[in-house]
Amino acid sequence: MYKIVKKETLSPAVKLMKINAPYVARKAEPGQFIILRVDEFGERCPLTIADYDREEGTVTIIFQEVGQTTKSLGMLEEGQDILDFVGPLGVASHFEGIKKAAVIGGGLGTAIAYPQAKKLHEMGAEVHSIVGFRNKDLIILESEMSKASSKLIITTDDGSNGTKGFVTDELKKLIEEGNTYDLVIAIGPLIMMKAVSNLTRPYGIKTVVSMNPVMIDGTGMCGGCRVTVGGKTKFACVDGPDFDGHEVDFDEAMRRQLMYKNHERQSLEDHKCNLGGETNA
Amino acid sequence: MPNMSPDKVKMPEQEPDVRNKNFLEVALGYTPEMAQEEAKRCLQCKNKPCVAGCPVNVKIPEFIQHVANGEFEKAYEKITETNSLPAICGRVCPQESQCEKLCVRGIKGEPVAIGRLERFVADWFMQNSKPQAKSIQKNGTKVAVIGSGPAGLTCAGDLVNLGYDVTIFEAFHTPGGVLMYGIPEFRLPKALVQKEIDSLKQLGVEIKTNMVIGKVLSLDELKDEGYKAMFIGTGAGLPNFMGIPGENLNGVYSSNEFLTRINLMKAYLFPQYGTPVKVGKNVAVVGGGNVAMDAARSAKRLGAENVYIVYRRSEKELPARLEEIHHAKEEGIIFKLLTNPTKIIGTDEGWVKGIECVEMELGEPDSSGRRRPVVKKNSEHIIDVDTVIIAIGQSPNPLIKSTTKGLDTHDWGGIIVEEATGATSKEGVYAGGDAVTGAATVILAMGAGKTAAKAIDEYLRND
Ligand SMILES: Cc1cc2nc3c(=O)[nH]c(=O)nc-3n(C[C@H](O)[C@H](O)[C@H](O)COP(=O)(O)OP(=O)(O)OC[C@H]3O[C@@H](n4cnc5c(N)ncnc54)[C@H](O)[C@@H]3O)c2cc1C
Ligand SMILES: Cc1cc2nc3c(=O)[nH]c(=O)nc-3n(C[C@H](O)[C@H](O)[C@H](O)COP(=O)(O)OP(=O)(O)OC[C@H]3O[C@@H](n4cnc5c(N)ncnc54)[C@H](O)[C@@H]3O)c2cc1C
Ligand code: SF4
Ligand code: SF4
Ligand code: FES
Ligand SMILES: [Mg+2]
Repeated sequence: MYKIVKKETLSPAVKLMKINAPYVARKAEPGQFIILRVDEFGERCPLTIADYDREEGTVTIIFQEVGQTTKSLGMLEEGQDILDFVGPLGVASHFEGIKKAAVIGGGLGTAIAYPQAKKLHEMGAEVHSIVGFRNKDLIILESEMSKASSKLIITTDDGSNGTKGFVTDELKKLIEEGNTYDLVIAIGPLIMMKAVSNLTRPYGIKTVVSMNPVMIDGTGMCGGCRVTVGGKTKFACVDGPDFDGHEVDFDEAMRRQLMYKNHERQSLEDHKCNLGGETNA
Repeated sequence: MPNMSPDKVKMPEQEPDVRNKNFLEVALGYTPEMAQEEAKRCLQCKNKPCVAGCPVNVKIPEFIQHVANGEFEKAYEKITETNSLPAICGRVCPQESQCEKLCVRGIKGEPVAIGRLERFVADWFMQNSKPQAKSIQKNGTKVAVIGSGPAGLTCAGDLVNLGYDVTIFEAFHTPGGVLMYGIPEFRLPKALVQKEIDSLKQLGVEIKTNMVIGKVLSLDELKDEGYKAMFIGTGAGLPNFMGIPGENLNGVYSSNEFLTRINLMKAYLFPQYGTPVKVGKNVAVVGGGNVAMDAARSAKRLGAENVYIVYRRSEKELPARLEEIHHAKEEGIIFKLLTNPTKIIGTDEGWVKGIECVEMELGEPDSSGRRRPVVKKNSEHIIDVDTVIIAIGQSPNPLIKSTTKGLDTHDWGGIIVEEATGATSKEGVYAGGDAVTGAATVILAMGAGKTAAKAIDEYLRND
């Protein structure tokens, strides 16, 4: 059992939890993830390690409530336990020799990008962050990102805060203003990562994206998380989740993400019925 | 007077068209009367040919004599002198190529049903024995076992009985290895595997789940934590794909993924259990081993209308246990033999809609002595399916190797060991089971766990 030592609501559907998991905390690095199971009926749910405290023995996760599992997780309170919590999984991000980087976060992707921005910043690199949200109510981690960046640009699709428009427009501006980046990190919806990769390709800027395919074991044992990178099949859980954005087959990845759409709807509806049943009893 | 019937006493089973809709165990087991009747078919041969066919040399005629006499507890003790998981082996050993293959009764008629008898004895014991608190003299030496499949469980059991403080580290949230995540409930009830695990815990074995060794702790760090010796029983979990076009379409599964979703995550009880599985109407399972049979029979149970086994050699070469092939046929699985997939075809949206195959014919024998299948000209054809499950084998997972300095492995990933002891190239580190041999059998993994436990004990005594 893994205790929730802290819970915070970052935006209506985004929550942060600090979990007591000393073994994971001891080894965790930016770019890695954990897999948790809320209870014995639960599915295995991968979430990025947003932060860790080796002394305290805690690991921070930030998640968006999108379906049955993340909603059940969101209902747990401080002091309660999560049944299973395994990690750290995946390959840690490598930043050797990076002097200047642009970190692009799309929506919840900001939470996944944050530990990478923080690490780069701690290493002394100059970090320009561009984070995009649909509207101002969905903005998360603004102060954290701002601490980790020498420049932070926030965009919203509707202009309700920051600049109206897409993260790619802002990145393009920065590049054209003469900023030379050793690395662009783009994390967010597949369509956004694809757009960023297409933007940076002609400039020849190394671009790393974080792939989040459907996973189950997270240890290279099922192959469910396969993505095509540079024409080769890779398992995102052990070969990634970070890959070269210029090599990833995004169209295939987008298709594969729809594999369980109908099941996910059914699972959520069934879950709601169950909750109703409990209140009636 | 021995029972001279040429046939085994029949095992009661669920009817095929009932059982292909549920996940309850197919074979129901002997009653004591049936077991005694079958036991009387054993001729108590002086030279015991059957024993040589068993990888752990179960004392077969002796235990069968006890069964014939109705001394079931004594039979159990006899079996467990060399085999610590008889309820499991009795169910899943490929008896026809091991103990029963060499049984003299098999020359004219069927061999003695050694596996069924072993299963009977183990089940009887679980139901009728009272657990007795065994007191073991502890020696205070810590040993780590990595992986909780049959190899790890057996090694841990033997070591704890010798007085060691044994901790098992398991990557998954549930211990048991393939016994839990691979072999389906209808062939090996999980409650039974759980019982074996619980009895190890009772003996004092500690099991730490959610620990991916190589990630959370390295072998060297385990050593720093005071483990004086280690056993690696991490199995062969890396799924092989065919490398044909279309393998990343939606609806293509590795057998590992398909079976893990169903067995470990209980997707057959979705949405009560949260993990989904998409079975489809028409399913092709590529491969001919136990894994392929399990995937096919699971798909059928989950409502698939047509389930095909697509296998490139002929019936004779099917590597699965005879009983599973027989059960699969009874349950309506369609065998497309001498058929080899060349391409998986998808819809515009990226979902599987068919599998293109060629027919094969058997040519000259290859290095393994089996006749090599060669492609028949102009035999391309398409089988309409919406799900493809690839069950063509697994290799050892590279995780431990890639994170452990000084651990020698073969090119194909198997850990290199000294056969007689299981010792690896790294001091104090032993290995066995599928991690060493590649995908093999439960009983061989168990045997390797035993060998290593003995060697670890000797190593630590001389330390
Ligand atoms: C390496 C990795 C890191 C991730 N990090 C984060 C994170 O830090 N914060 C966060 O909010 N989300 C993260 N995700 C996504 C998160 O795992 C899914 O949102 C979650 O599993 C959805 O489960 P659900 O039952 O709530 O929703 P569902 O309704 O079941 O699914 C909604 C969508 O989530 C995705 N999804 C569903 N099941 C899985 C699964 N088993 N594995 C991966 N994706 C799945 C699918 O695209 C699906 O359409 C990460 C995914 C991966 C693979
Ligand atoms: C579907 C299927 C059906 C089968 N049917 C039969 C049959 O009928 N008869 C038969 O004899 N054999 C059968 N087999 C083969 C048999 O199950 C295996 O040979 C046997 O389980 C191997 O045992 P093992 O202990 O070596 O490994 P496994 O059973 O594979 O166990 C290895 C364990 O190690 C864990 N692990 C892996 N990496 C790590 C790590 N880094 N850290 C911690 N833990 C780790 C895994 O999660 C797993 O629990 C079947 C196999 C499959 C897949
Ligand atoms: S362990 Fe397996 S091979 Fe040995 S006697 Fe029992 S069933 Fe036969
Ligand atoms: S070979 Fe057959 S008949 Fe002879 S002892 Fe063994 S089981 Fe009995
Ligand atoms: S999640 Fe199973 S191999 Fe990656
Ligand atoms: Mg879900």
